[in-house]
Amino acid sequence: MALPCPLNRYLLLLAQEHLEFRLPEIKSLLSLFGGQFISSQETYGKSPFWILSIPSEDIARNLMKRTVCAKSIFELWGHGKSPEELYSSLKNYPVEKMVPFLHSDSTYKIKIHTFNKTLTQEEKVKRIDALEFLPFEGKVNLKKPQHIFSVLEDYGLDPNCIPENPHNIYFGRWIADGQRELIESYSVKKRHFIGNTSMDAGLSFIMANHGKVKENDIVFDPFVGTGKASRKNQKWRGPDENIRANLRQYGLEKYYLDVLVSDASKPSWRKGTYFDAIITDPPYGIRESTRRTGSQKEIPKGMEKCPESHVPVSLSYHLSDMFFDLLNFAAETLVLGGRLVYWLPVYTPEYTEEMVPWHPCLKLISNCEQKLSSHTSRRLITMEKVKKFEDRDQYSHLLSDHFLPYQGHNSFREKYFSGVTKRIAKEEKSSQE
Amino acid sequence: MKLLTHNLLSSHVRGVGPRGFPLRLQATEVRINPVEFNPDFVARMIPKVEWAALLEAAETVRTLPHARVHLPGEWGGGEWSHRQPRARGGTPGDDLGLCPQLHLVEVPKGPIEGYEHDEKFLRQMHHVLLEVDVLEGTLQCPESGRLFPISRGIPNMLLSDEETET
Repeated sequence: MALPCPLNRYLLLLAQEHLEFRLPEIKSLLSLFGGQFISSQETYGKSPFWILSIPSEDIARNLMKRTVCAKSIFELWGHGKSPEELYSSLKNYPVEKMVPFLHSDSTYKIKIHTFNKTLTQEEKVKRIDALEFLPFEGKVNLKKPQHIFSVLEDYGLDPNCIPENPHNIYFGRWIADGQRELIESYSVKKRHFIGNTSMDAGLSFIMANHGKVKENDIVFDPFVGTGKASRKNQKWRGPDENIRANLRQYGLEKYYLDVLVSDASKPSWRKGTYFDAIITDPPYGIRESTRRTGSQKEIPKGMEKCPESHVPVSLSYHLSDMFFDLLNFAAETLVLGGRLVYWLPVYTPEYTEEMVPWHPCLKLISNCEQKLSSHTSRRLITMEKVKKFEDRDQYSHLLSDHFLPYQGHNSFREKYFSGVTKRIAKEEKSSQE
Repeated sequence: MKLLTHNLLSSHVRGVGPRGFPLRLQATEVRINPVEFNPDFVARMIPKVEWAALLEAAETVRTLPHARVHLPGEWGGGEWSHRQPRARGGTPGDDLGLCPQLHLVEVPKGPIEGYEHDEKFLRQMHHVLLEVDVLEGTLQCPESGRLFPISRGIPNMLLSDEETET
């Protein structure tokens, strides 16, 4: 019987972007691939260096095939707060684990990465030489080595206060890089069709990762756009023409299923659970105002009706109703364990956690803020279906403590455009005087 | 609109409830659209399929006169737009006959034992669920008779105010 093998430690190097979104992304992906987020660090909020325990290298590689938050992952051989600590940590690393990568038939190179500091070539070479005590038997190959080892030196996060010595030094065997180059290749700037509200490429990938989307899942977006026809004097473009063209641009057309025109508050799906994930960016009512079908009496002024598409007149749709409808729809049509990922617009001065919409069938997984302006932000909410939907669940929100859904969402549009910011700025100015 | 999508759609006219499914498909123009075969995906869809509705929809398409069915290669470049189909030569009476290339005559009647590994079965299901694209037609609510148009491949499920369920 083999002894239980301790989990291997890996060093994850993260990009310093979308800080709040990183932890839920890594956690979701690890759980998607059969791992768990295990870290012994107390704080990893702002740091780009995370030490994780992962059961196998395969799981680590799978993680890197999906993540856009992490740059690289290394098998951690040693670390410390000083070179001496690093060397003694390396001497404690089991030699039998090193040997497969250092034997005489192999080729390797050592790279030095420093964060928040620049070293001269001379300083770098000194550090490599100091590692001579490691049992390297292979040949150095700087162009195409079989194995790459890295020394990573952490000089903190403040570019105005660079310490003489690093806070932390890590040494590891490079395993894989993340998918950050997708952000550039899928950039909205290069996309053939964009609309007012096209999502930043990096965040789109993050949304799919928070949603634990896996191969052959059916994903539904109840608010897909980039095909809006209600502008005067513009040729009617079918929504699918644009969505498909975008997918075709990326060679992903085979993943496109279908698109339809419907009212998200009155879904046209038969009873059942068939979506593995629902990932969406609902309208906030700023650039694209929210509407739904309803009484003819309340025709908003200035509303344009596109004669070609025979879209019925719509009235203003309160945002909080929309989230309520969305959560109900998700609870009904998601498979058990499936996730809902959506953006919630927030007026920051009034925000509290109770305002995040709630549903008895859906468990809140994460809530990540992205600032939009000085007084507004949006939060990426991820929920997981944990309970089968029953008809009475539609009305649970009336019985709970969260009875009043956040009414603030309804006036989000007004607050966004309000003179409130001007008033706040004025007050701040006068208090300084 | 693919037949997989049709299989999931229901009418939500007020008062209709579960009797709004399945929508009766009437197609006036269909395109056969080659899609890369992914057996794992098709196998995952099989448990979600409502077979009676699928067979009914497939039969509607199968009985279309073949002038109404656009086959791959007609438009060129796989790009769908509003170009005119190339004129198709043929013997007189062709327009009224069934399209022999549709393969829909072989729609399985239901899931078979061990379907997950049966390539022939999965390819047939792949074809009928994902490669048949209804470009023009209507979907009819079986209870109320209300018609939902399909235009340029997109069904429009919007109801007018009076029809929406409370």
